[in-house]
Amino acid sequence: MIAIRGLTKRFGDQVVLDALDLDLAEGRVTALMGPNGSGKTTLARLLLGLAVPDAGEIRGLDDRRLAAVFQEDRLCEQLTAARNVRLVLARTTDPSAVDDALRLAGLDGDTLVKPVRELSGGQRRRVAIVRALMADADLLVLDEPFKGLDSEAKTLVMSYVRERCAGRTTLLITHDPAEAEWFGVRPIELTRQK
Amino acid sequence: MTSTTSADATTHPLQRRLGRLLLVIAFWLAVWQGAALAVGQELLLVTPGAVLLRLGELARTASFWGTIGYSFVRIVGGFLLAAVVGVLGAALASVSRIVDALTTPMVSAVRSTPVVSFIILVLIWADSSRLALIVSFLMVVPIIYSTVLEGIRNRDRSLLEVAAVFGVPLRRRLPAIDIPAVLPYFVAGCRIGIGLAWKSGVAAEVIGLPQGSIGERMYQAKIFLSTADLFAWTVVIIAISYGLERLVAWLLGRAQPRLLHGAPA
Repeated sequence: MIAIRGLTKRFGDQVVLDALDLDLAEGRVTALMGPNGSGKTTLARLLLGLAVPDAGEIRGLDDRRLAAVFQEDRLCEQLTAARNVRLVLARTTDPSAVDDALRLAGLDGDTLVKPVRELSGGQRRRVAIVRALMADADLLVLDEPFKGLDSEAKTLVMSYVRERCAGRTTLLITHDPAEAEWFGVRPIELTRQK
Repeated sequence: MTSTTSADATTHPLQRRLGRLLLVIAFWLAVWQGAALAVGQELLLVTPGAVLLRLGELARTASFWGTIGYSFVRIVGGFLLAAVVGVLGAALASVSRIVDALTTPMVSAVRSTPVVSFIILVLIWADSSRLALIVSFLMVVPIIYSTVLEGIRNRDRSLLEVAAVFGVPLRRRLPAIDIPAVLPYFVAGCRIGIGLAWKSGVAAEVIGLPQGSIGERMYQAKIFLSTADLFAWTVVIIAISYGLERLVAWLLGRAQPRLLHGAPA
């Protein structure tokens, strides 16, 4: 279990997280909701080690391998979808497994050989999702992973994500309660600090 | 009736560009010719025809090519050394605050120092055969260092965060994230640097007079009041400098796909 205790983060005078206590159950999905500015992404960055808390601690993170879907796609524009995914995988990973995963997420044909800068927003999002889910990680942080996907692609991708997240410790950040429901969890509500 | 093929469509703009370039050159040669005729003294301003004739005469001698080779090896050597040192220095400064604090003011000082100060200092410290190499190195290294460091600092932070989160090793991160960000800065630095290397290198040779160098031949042209020789050597320097600038850009352009696509296994 990952135990978050008294976690506080300020940006200048603005308190974004104020003594937050939260448990992320081992091998389960924890869904987090809240309005803009309630500190969801800040919490994700603290979990990923990209920011340092002003107070409090996160227990149970030691030696965990991390993977994330960020709010932005964050892809290497000049590389193909498969190369973007393989960048974060072990060298021993079978390249055909990457192609298979991309196909499962609805990418095939031309989209596999083009640089990602030539892909549509939805296709790029799927590459970012496959990259995170194929990584050999003990903690998955998914920050609004389905943002920008049309309804048809969203259903396909959500099924793929649910399957790949099974048994893995996952933090799902979302604005949509239906997404949390899809994963069979009740979302935890973060409130905006004054 | 005529038809337009796709080949015509692609060669047309190229031919137009070449035609425009030739017209521009012809215009300035005509201005030069007119000015030379107006001055009326070959000693002060030689005609383009006379320069071309002299260049043809020089090109038929072995010493001409030997002189070019002598200066070329030293100036290009200084440039290449500066490229290596500049890149390594910038890479070190980007990861170490101490190196950055120590080198950045030093680089600024070198950049602001008049080239002639270095020339005289190098003549005191070393023999003139190494003068062009050291001076061109000193002139180019701040440019490569500054441009590459700027490129490193302008890398996409969001991609660096991805690499940090997923634990991407440096040998794979470099061609995927770092080199694509830094390469355009490095190319720009090289293009500026190669011209500067030739200007400063030949200026150093004119002062230090290393035997068998372009600078020495230019100095002799001045002593013997041979304006045609002076112009001919200047044309040689411009041609080599321009050719090298294009060659560096072409080589880096060719290397770019390999540099960028070589990494992710």
